[in-house]
Amino acid sequence: MKSLEDLSKIREEAISEMGIHDNSKDIRIVVGMATCGISAGAKPVFQALNDEIKTRNLKNVKVIQTGCIGVCRFEPIIEIYDAGKEKVTYIEMTPEKARKVISEHIVNGNVIDDYTIGNVK
Amino acid sequence: MDLYRAHVLVCGGKECTDANSEAIINIFNKELKKQGLEKEVQVIKTGCFNLCHAGPICIVYPEGAFYSQVKTTDVPVIVQEHLVKGKIVKDLLYKGSFEKGIVSSLNNVDFYKKQTRIALRNCGVIDPENIKEYIAMGGYQALGKVLTEMEPMEVVKAVQESGLRGRGGGGFPTGKKWEFAHKIKDDQKYVVCNADEGDPGAFMDRSILEGDPHAVVEAMTIAGYAIGASEGYVYVRAEYPIAVKRLKIAIKQAKELGLLGENIFNTGFNFDLKIRLGAGAFVCGEETALLNSIEGKRGMPRPRPPFPAIKGLWMKPTLLSNVETYANIPQIILKGADWFSSIGTVKSKGTKVFALTGKINNTGLVEIPMGTTLREVIYDIGGGIPNGKKFKAVQTGGPSGGCITKDHLDTPIDYDNLIELSSMMGSGGMVVMDEDNCMVDVAKFFLEFTMDESCGKCPPCRIGTKRMYELLEKMTNGEAQPGDIEKLEELAYNIKASALCGLGQSAPNPILSTLRFFRDEYEAHVNDKRCPAGVCQGLLTFTIDAELCKKCGICANKCPVECISGEKGKVVYSIDKNKCIKCGACLEACPFKAIKKG
Repeated sequence: MKSLEDLSKIREEAISEMGIHDNSKDIRIVVGMATCGISAGAKPVFQALNDEIKTRNLKNVKVIQTGCIGVCRFEPIIEIYDAGKEKVTYIEMTPEKARKVISEHIVNGNVIDDYTIGNVK
Repeated sequence: MDLYRAHVLVCGGKECTDANSEAIINIFNKELKKQGLEKEVQVIKTGCFNLCHAGPICIVYPEGAFYSQVKTTDVPVIVQEHLVKGKIVKDLLYKGSFEKGIVSSLNNVDFYKKQTRIALRNCGVIDPENIKEYIAMGGYQALGKVLTEMEPMEVVKAVQESGLRGRGGGGFPTGKKWEFAHKIKDDQKYVVCNADEGDPGAFMDRSILEGDPHAVVEAMTIAGYAIGASEGYVYVRAEYPIAVKRLKIAIKQAKELGLLGENIFNTGFNFDLKIRLGAGAFVCGEETALLNSIEGKRGMPRPRPPFPAIKGLWMKPTLLSNVETYANIPQIILKGADWFSSIGTVKSKGTKVFALTGKINNTGLVEIPMGTTLREVIYDIGGGIPNGKKFKAVQTGGPSGGCITKDHLDTPIDYDNLIELSSMMGSGGMVVMDEDNCMVDVAKFFLEFTMDESCGKCPPCRIGTKRMYELLEKMTNGEAQPGDIEKLEELAYNIKASALCGLGQSAPNPILSTLRFFRDEYEAHVNDKRCPAGVCQGLLTFTIDAELCKKCGICANKCPVECISGEKGKVVYSIDKNKCIKCGACLEACPFKAIKKG
């Protein structure tokens, strides 16, 4: 790192890799994998999401781990970021539910209301 | 500068502009002028809200009313109803996922709405093991700015002006520490991060290290530049394996990109960061004990002064702060001290992260602006007490803190208010207790912790906490004598006055604060041999209400020691108190709620 320009260049690249710019076609799935998430079973969920994406050969979907999302009570939590749409928060995930999220939400475009955070209230 | 009472934010993103948001801005300005409100309400064009399907979007603050698909003809209505009369135009509000009656995004849940995220800004958003994601969110920009545009003293000034205070517990002004460490001249100085989080129920620092380790790496490098140090240590407990792993990865990645190491940003500034693992002793979270532990010595406190900023690690000037304190630094540099000090109360600036645990619906990690009331945290964010139970108290500050009762729920949270209530901010554990918690038992729990964790260097803490614990044990077993409460109180004040380090001095706090607010419970334990909350087993009695008893005999069948007698269908059942082992099996079994615990 020699200058602020170097940093800006990396930043630009990273923003496009992350798919967080406005007109990105990528879908980003984050899995809460801090201690709270992992102890609630986030690792098998992470694995299931990746397996399902690989089986279906989905090119524009990325699954990443992240830190504590905050509502530890509802872990494992996954959140779906799709540019131009509101973020969707799925809670109390299991590998089976995670696979269904891929088929219903990611492939068919239907949010599974039953699994979202609004449904437990 | 004019002070506006309201702001109208109109989306100026591409989609909204295409959908006529420019015209909407013009009409807003025209209508406001017509109403004579142009000096009271400001119209601002903003960037994309990422809700383009609902555009054009405008948000009216301070209410945060979210209007979507606004048409030019809607604008006079919003001005007339909302800005003149103060009534939100419900018909025009964003419906989105509310249409189906279901909120699908965490951002729309009460839990999130009252939070302000500075230290946790990236937690749960980015991949903590990928430096590029941190950089994409603006990471290391603050370091670049500091190294290329600012003098070390300017950095110190910025931290001072922000009003940031230590988030580890004491609340010492961070800028002052930076200034001491900056001004003292020495050939070697150190920057140390205290990640030895040990309070029961606290997990703020762990979550920051697990969710955004680069924020701490960046902040410590900035601190190194500001005070003139070339080496830093993060002292983190070995019980946090995920935090340690992610921190290691972060340091490695920062080194690979030249954001740690030699000649950072080509400015000739060198900084190296190392990790030291703690074995989990609570006392090692005390700053001087922590320094001893890093040096490879036994983790015991040293007398202060000299303070670490003057003689710290290996007797060299050392800047020692907590994880959360550091996590605020990059944002202060980027957004400015004024921005930071605009959040919070007069004497406590910015936000505080709390770990909400205990008898609360939404267990979790929250970051709130200073000055938020306890009621908002417990009821609005935390979702209240489960199972319809009554709130009794909230414990803040861990084993060094105290309990706050329902009479003080409307106290705005800041360092000074909590101390006034004989508790403290502490590192941010917030344990909520309901009517089923016995306060003597709670005090005993914390005392057992401090007694076990006492390092043993000074007698007031080593012997005193043990004696206090014995008194509490007597009380909860029903063996206390009149005068024991006074004895306990006297002992507590003596230890507070004479222990060597902060941990010993604050060890009596849970006792003193429960004595202050719940003296009646102590008196019930000592004088009446009764535990009002029904927790202390030694004081429990189970009785059968003869009027409610239906003579079914279920309780007698369940009793493991056969101490319940009666005759099915004929004689009312009763418990032999001398044989009863207070297991509570009968209480659970009785279908008619005829058995009472007290």
